[in-house]
This record gives sequence, structure tokens and C-alpha cells, in this order.
Amino acid sequence: MIRLTHVDKSYPNGALALRDVTFRISRGEFVLLTGHSGAGKSTIMKLLFAEQRPTSGEVRVSGYDVTSLRRDEIPKLRRRLGIVFQDFRLLDDRTAAENIAFALEVTGARRDTINARVARVLAQVGLSAKSRAHPRELSGGEQQRVAIARALVNDPAILVADEPTGTLDERATRGVFQLLRDINAAGTVVVMATHDLDLVRQARYRTIELRDGSVVYDSAEDEPDAVEAGR
Amino acid sequence: MRLLTREALLSFRRAPLLSTLSVTTIGFSLFTLGLFGLVAINLREALRGLEERVEVVAFVLRGTPAETITLATQDIAAFPEVEDVVYVTEEQALARARRELVEFRDAYRDLQVNPLPASIEVRLKAGYRDAATAARVAERLRGFEFVEDVRFGRDWVQKLDHLRNITGIVGLVIGLAFAAVAVVIIGVTIRLTLLQRAREISIMRLVGATNWFIRGPFLLEGALKGLMGGFLSLLLCYGGYLLFRDRSGGTFGGLIFFHPVQMAAIVVFGVLLGLFGSLVSVGRHLRHV
Ligand SMILES: Nc1ncnc2c1ncn2[C@@H]1O[C@H](COP(=O)(O)OP(=O)(O)OP(=O)(O)O)[C@@H](O)[C@H]1O
Ligand SMILES: [Mg+2]
Repeated sequence: MIRLTHVDKSYPNGALALRDVTFRISRGEFVLLTGHSGAGKSTIMKLLFAEQRPTSGEVRVSGYDVTSLRRDEIPKLRRRLGIVFQDFRLLDDRTAAENIAFALEVTGARRDTINARVARVLAQVGLSAKSRAHPRELSGGEQQRVAIARALVNDPAILVADEPTGTLDERATRGVFQLLRDINAAGTVVVMATHDLDLVRQARYRTIELRDGSVVYDSAEDEPDAVEAGR
Repeated sequence: MRLLTREALLSFRRAPLLSTLSVTTIGFSLFTLGLFGLVAINLREALRGLEERVEVVAFVLRGTPAETITLATQDIAAFPEVEDVVYVTEEQALARARRELVEFRDAYRDLQVNPLPASIEVRLKAGYRDAATAARVAERLRGFEFVEDVRFGRDWVQKLDHLRNITGIVGLVIGLAFAAVAVVIIGVTIRLTLLQRAREISIMRLVGATNWFIRGPFLLEGALKGLMGGFLSLLLCYGGYLLFRDRSGGTFGGLIFFHPVQMAAIVVFGVLLGLFGSLVSVGRHLRHV
């Protein structure tokens, strides 16, 4: 589903964000991406949805080669992904349902299809009762659920979440994390960046740790104990 | 499509002042073009009327016997291009000058000797009233030995033609200047809207909106403003036309307004102007959002 091969990424200002990053993620996986602030987690996320291109190396996502993706193919790739951020990125002047519907309108879907799908994902994230609420009327955890529902509404093959629990309290974090697990259990690949170490330890999911732009640990390859040794 | 229209209309609510300004500048741009266009088509119309009066006048040498002239007029009347021929004697010419040229009445009254020559005035048949035929007839009139000089109205017809061209060019230049201003204002409006909606657009991008989908509403917005500007200019032109026609109290009673096809062309031009302004601006600024 996802394959990074010897990926280097430097930003125009010269900052080297990624150094020789190689890993692959297969169908059905749930992967946690960890590392200190500035380690390059968000940069990897941006490569996955083609907001950035690798400086060298190869990035393949769901059959698309991000390295050489044409501009007009980027929307096609993004419709196969669900993208979730720490800051939710909801539109304040639209209700929860409208925010979710927005992702389908953009693809030119039919109105009745949109309504049916929006109702389905709202139920899936447990917010059917709040479909008409505006973002400011929702708690942080609820807003993130709306954002996840929006990410799901296109039936994505892969869900990319950059610190989705970053601003949430413990309860809301657990709720959102559980939601992502359910989504993964239903067959969607989930890639989640986080620096919540408790979450990483509790979950028995594959963990990739970055330091200064390099992969220093990948639980799929290393001994589990190496996590502790590495710190 | 419904979404697109809704988005386009929303822009008027988002930036009412700038939107109105865009429409008005397009309106004025086309109004200027239209006004000069009106002058041009009315001049052309006037020229067409003048053409009917295309006359060839042969001035006769002093002292030519009347019989010679009578014979010649019969000859000339038989030309296939000629409608009728009138012989104007020296006395008739003077009388006419006194009657018609009020400014010189005194000058003509005090004259001891009549300075005006007799002439043969030739009117051409419909269909022959063009400069080329007039020139041909004039050439043949010159062939009579008692003819001193031949004139026909080519000079001032050409001058009027020239005037019409100048009017057209002046109108075009001013109109295009306005058009440039309109394009810039539309660009600024769209830039502002783009900045206002930067967040929305970045989210659209994330959920997989194509560039054309994002651009669509802006282009539609520009086209819509162009359309409104086009209609506004027609309204203004018509107002100006009525004003001119009524004020002139009959002098310009025969003024004409645009043909429907010309009106449609003005509106279409407005739409293209709006589309162009938004296309340039969106192309330039969408990258930075
Ligand atoms: N748009 C950018 N332009 C220039 N440098 C950037 C840009 N984005 C990130 N960087 C740099 O790249 C490096 C990696 O940043 P990145 O955002 O990937 O880190 P992160 O692991 O997500 O950190 P955090 O946990 O704080 O979100 C940092 O040194 C950062 O300064
Ligand atoms: Mg980050």
C-alpha cells in the first residue's frame, strides 16, 4: 500500500527533514509514527498525500508514484486517502454534516449518495445526534470525530492522521484512538503520527520511530526491547 | 453546477463593495466603447444619407452660348448613370448664394460684378452614387470644351469618413483603458476572496478537489460580473442615446441605436473581460494558497 525507498527530503530553506527513510506498509496495517518534535513525522505524512515531493528516493502510495505524480493526478490520489490533522480543519460556517458532505461535493457525487454516506459515517463516529451542530458547538473530541468522518466518507484505502489526538484530553484521546482502531479493523490502513508515548506503549501496533529525519526503530524489523534501549 | 453557481453568488455577499466596483468598471469600459461605437455607426448612417446627394458640378466658362449648353445637358442626361441635369445660370447662382450663405449676404449685395460662374449640376441615379462613378462622370464632363472645372463631393465625404475612423480609434483607446482597469479590479477582488477563503481552499485540496473545481466558482464569478457589466453598459448607452436624441430636438432625429447583434456582442465582450480578469488572477494567486 505504501512504500518509501531511500527517501531524502530537504526543504527549500535547506533544512534536511528526512534522511534515507525506507519502510513499507501493507494492507490492513495500523502504524504509529513517533519521534521528537522536528523529527520529520509531518514531513512523511505530507509525502504520503503529495503535499511535498521527495528530494530523492521513491514514494509509492496506493499505486501512485508521488515522486513523479502529475499535478492533475494529485486529486485522484487524495480521494483514495483520508487525511486527519491535529487542528481538525473544519469549516466554521458549516454544520458537521455539511463539513462531511463537502468532501463528496468536491468529487461531484450525487446529492442522494452524499446524504446517505454522510449519515452512515456520522453514525460510524457516533455523532448522528450532532449532525446539525457547527464546529464551535462541539468539543475538541467531537470535532475530531467529524474530521475523521469526513476522511472516511470517500471510503479511503488509507487513513493518514497527523497527531489526531494532539490537542485532546485523555478521555477524548482514548475515544478517537478507539475509533481509529475500529476503522482499521474494518480494513483501512491507518498511519498515525503521535508523540503520545503512553499510546505507543499501550497499543501493540507496529511503531516506527524517527530521530532527526532517520528511522531509528521499526517494530516490524527490530526486537521490541530495542524501544527501551533506544531511549 | 448548482454548487458552482451558489459559490459564485456568494462572492457578491463576501465582498459587496469590490464586486460592485468590478461590475461598474466593466460597465463603464463598455459604456465608453459603446458610446463611441454609437457615434461611429450614426456617422456611417449619416454618410449613407449624404451619399444620396452625391452630385457632380461642372462650372461653365463665361460667355458660353446658351444653345451649346442646352445641347450638352441633353447629352449628359442620356448618360446611363445620370438621374437629372440642371443648368444653373450665373444669376441663379448669385441669387442662391445670397439666399443660402447668410453670412456673406452683405458681401454679395455690394458686388458690381458677379463672381460666380454658371454651372451644370448632375445628380446620379441610385446605385451610382459612389466616389468612383462620380469621378468617371466628372472625367467625361471635363471632355466638354466649355467646362472650366468639375467638382464632386469626394473631399468632404472622405473627411467625414476620416472623422468616423478617428472617433472609432479614440473610443477604442479609452474603452480599452477602462477595460484594463476593470481587469485589474476583478483581479484584486479575486485575490481578496482567495485570501479570505484560503483555509477553505486548502481543505478542498486535501479532500481531493481538482484545480478546475476550485477555479470554477471564481471564473463563473468573473463571467457573471462581466455579464452584469455588459448589461449595465447597454443601459448607460441607451440612456446617453435618449438624452442626446431628445436634447438635440430633431437635429439628430434620425439617430439609431445598436442592432441586437451588436448589443449581444457588447455583452459577450463583457463576459470575456470578466473571465479574462478572473482567469489571470486565479492562475497567479491560487498557487500561493
Ligand atoms: N515547510 C517547511 N519549510 C521548511 N522547513 C520545514 C517545513 N516543514 C518542516 N520543516 C522542517 O523539517 C523538519 C521536520 O519537520 P516536521 O514537521 O516533519 O517534524 P514533526 O516530526 O512533525 O514535528 P512535530 O512533532 O513538532 O510536529 C524540521 O526541522 C522543520 O523545521
Ligand atoms: Mg508534525
